[in-house]
Amino acid sequence: MGLITFFLLVLFAITSFYLGYFRSNRVRVIEKQRPFSLDKYYGYYLAIWSVVPAVIILFAILIFDGFIVKNYVLSEFYSQGIDQSEISLLFTQIENTRNGIKLFNSEDEIIVNAVNKLNYIEGIFDITSIITVFSVSSLFLLYGYRKINLNFDARLIVEKFILIGFFLCSLIAILVTVGIIFSLLYETVRFFSQVPILDFLFGTNWSPQRAFVRDAADAADIENAFGAVPLFSGTFLIAFIAMCVSIPVGLLTAIYMSEYAKSSVRNTAKPIIEILAGIPTVVYGFFAVITIAPFIRSLGGSIGLDVSSESALAAGLVMGIMIIPFVSSLSDDVISSVPQSLREGSYAMGATKSETIKKVIIPAALPGIIGSFLLAVSRAIGETMIVVMAAGLVANLTANPLEASTTITTQIVVILIGDQEFDSPKTMSAFALGLTLFVMTLILNFIALRVVKKYTEKYE
Amino acid sequence: MNSNSLKISNENLKRRLNAERRFKFYGVIAISLALIFVLILFTNIISKGYSAFYRTLIEIKIEFNDKVQPEMFKQMSDTEINKLDLYSFSKKNIYSNFPDIEKKSDKKKIIKLFSIEFEEEIKTYINKNKNNLGNTINLYISASDDIDQIHKGNYSRDIPEERRRVSNFQLSIYDELVGQNKVKFEFNLPFFSRGDSREAELAGLGGSLIGSFFTMIIVLLLSFPFGLFGAIYLEEFSKRNRFTDFIEININNLAAVPSIVFGLLGLGILLNTFELPRSTALVGGITLSLMTLPTIIIATRASLRSVPPSIREGALAVGASKVQTVMHHVVPLALPGSITGTIIGIARALGETAPLLLIGMVAFIVDVPSSPLDPSTSLPVQAYLWNDSAERAYEEKTSAAIIILLSFLILFNLIAVFIRRKFETKW
Repeated sequence: MGLITFFLLVLFAITSFYLGYFRSNRVRVIEKQRPFSLDKYYGYYLAIWSVVPAVIILFAILIFDGFIVKNYVLSEFYSQGIDQSEISLLFTQIENTRNGIKLFNSEDEIIVNAVNKLNYIEGIFDITSIITVFSVSSLFLLYGYRKINLNFDARLIVEKFILIGFFLCSLIAILVTVGIIFSLLYETVRFFSQVPILDFLFGTNWSPQRAFVRDAADAADIENAFGAVPLFSGTFLIAFIAMCVSIPVGLLTAIYMSEYAKSSVRNTAKPIIEILAGIPTVVYGFFAVITIAPFIRSLGGSIGLDVSSESALAAGLVMGIMIIPFVSSLSDDVISSVPQSLREGSYAMGATKSETIKKVIIPAALPGIIGSFLLAVSRAIGETMIVVMAAGLVANLTANPLEASTTITTQIVVILIGDQEFDSPKTMSAFALGLTLFVMTLILNFIALRVVKKYTEKYE
Repeated sequence: MNSNSLKISNENLKRRLNAERRFKFYGVIAISLALIFVLILFTNIISKGYSAFYRTLIEIKIEFNDKVQPEMFKQMSDTEINKLDLYSFSKKNIYSNFPDIEKKSDKKKIIKLFSIEFEEEIKTYINKNKNNLGNTINLYISASDDIDQIHKGNYSRDIPEERRRVSNFQLSIYDELVGQNKVKFEFNLPFFSRGDSREAELAGLGGSLIGSFFTMIIVLLLSFPFGLFGAIYLEEFSKRNRFTDFIEININNLAAVPSIVFGLLGLGILLNTFELPRSTALVGGITLSLMTLPTIIIATRASLRSVPPSIREGALAVGASKVQTVMHHVVPLALPGSITGTIIGIARALGETAPLLLIGMVAFIVDVPSSPLDPSTSLPVQAYLWNDSAERAYEEKTSAAIIILLSFLILFNLIAVFIRRKFETKW
């Protein structure tokens, strides 16, 4: 039905366009004068009138029809005073039977009747909605058609409409942010109504699988199961290891690229390093599992260290490799924007190139460089696939990089992968973790962008 | 005195120049390290994965008998043949290729040398050649994943038998077959058309390729128009005020939000509130397009900004309205930059895994999806799933999936570079 309506609408819009186009043409012939706008704008004008109200009505129907149909089919059960949850179970059974899935009670009279009723009302709904939509848009079309005359400026209205459309498109960014905050906050608030926020932030025991029990007697159990400190520590441990790799390599790369390298070297090496930023994280995760982790394990084994097969070190190292281009390209930009006069001043005093870099350029570029580090840290904290695949799944409060440790993102995935039961504190805790992650990266990014921006303005 | 200070300053200079050389050397080391990482990553994955692109076949002889005669297939349609029960016939025929083996347990081991779907493969062969079947036929059927791995040299034969998936007996049979020249390699076409499977030799990328395709189409359809129009509004029409500043901050922040948060958004809003179907390319596409949107907006705004004001002024001067100026003159010039940004954004969405895990696109799905409303996986998710499988044979499959994924990304980026080179105007 959806496809048919869509094609009918397109057809309708095209007809309306030509209706407006020829109408304006005729006005010109009759009045022997050019109308206010070009012919095509009258066409667009009518096309807008014929389609936009129709689409709005269709969306309204789409949103409400499921609700109305459900109520109609279930109305007799409501009057019988059946329990709410039983009714919704009944409705899924009815829908499944209708979709051809055989259930234990598919043959029951109630179900068969309800299925017939459902098919009937949906048929009526489809037909009436198509009729309503097209009669309403015909009315609007007529209204628009009658407005077309010599002095009517269709272009102005069409352009206003286009502008409104563009404006709505630009609002989507806000809508997405609101959606993120709403979906995270909603579940998080419910989570904190069951688990005290301080227990979450400062508890040291993370074992959400224990919280399956929801009896009041085991309330203490729930409280003790959601201490997120091991996740925070694991996240920062892995991010720290990653920064230990990416800061020296990235920063030195940036310095060499902007101060020493010939342009031919720069032009080949830079894109190759940027490849690292474009590789999907699942590839890094696989690389960590299959190559780096066994390597570290055998290396540790050869000097008598016991390295677990999933270690923070492997995940952190690979994450560090991934982040190198972030650090190097951002620092490169910052270093390149240090004014030439500072360098020349330093050379004039007899400083060597490396002295100039260490004593003049780095201090001058420091705020920007630190900004780039902060952005890299926020990347590392939010990174998911590498840690899911290589860092371990069980919460473990440790500072030893050779042991398995888990992160915020890993736990979100572990909790929400596959089927979840709703309304359990376990599921909701993933959203609380998500909110924590969102706020952390937001603050880091905010500070970093501020610092970088302020810094670049200083030298412009 | 004078010569002494000269000596000191000479020593000083030497020290400083050494420091200079050392510092430069550190830079070279850093760059080489980064380049070596790229090299190791690629060689590692390619060397692990290329063997998944061919597969091992074993030649067997089939003799028809009174019950199963070659003539009877001539009248049958393809579906009728597929419905026949030839399991015990196929099995007996495979046994008769090894006349020396009589113990029942040994026979079972023999059957394990072949793919679990040997019956289907024999039927397919019969179907293809039903009009010219002799009384005995020789055909190649797929080897099991273990024999496949051994033939490719991915399994070591030296590990003790109890820890090996292939017994010594099976190995001796395999060696015999190799000696008789009955084992060969073939390009692994089914790998690209089949869905996922619990049997490594049957598992293919087809389902996830189609799933990724549907997902990317939805990402393109949603994020490109909205991103383009939104960027046009912000760059060309909006007045700078608090509200547009707010939108801009929002966009920049969204570009930096970790991808998994978008997964939570998809789960919380699309699945739980709007009750869209779980595990489908539709939901995956919507989620990823929200993630791609900021990239496209930022790229489009940058390329709109680079169109010189003289273009706008020229159009306005000859009487075009503001909307006409933008739509007829500015946007066409900025479009290559916008398309480049879109392709790069889509390439990133193609490699994205984490949000898809949360909206259920990780289910084990055997069927190749036929529409965006069918449950499906995507390419990177398939790699993740295979990586989780314990069997060693999946390791080369994971690498192969990643090779395919990376080649798509390289292709996308080359297209983007091409468009930029070909169409972008330097002002």
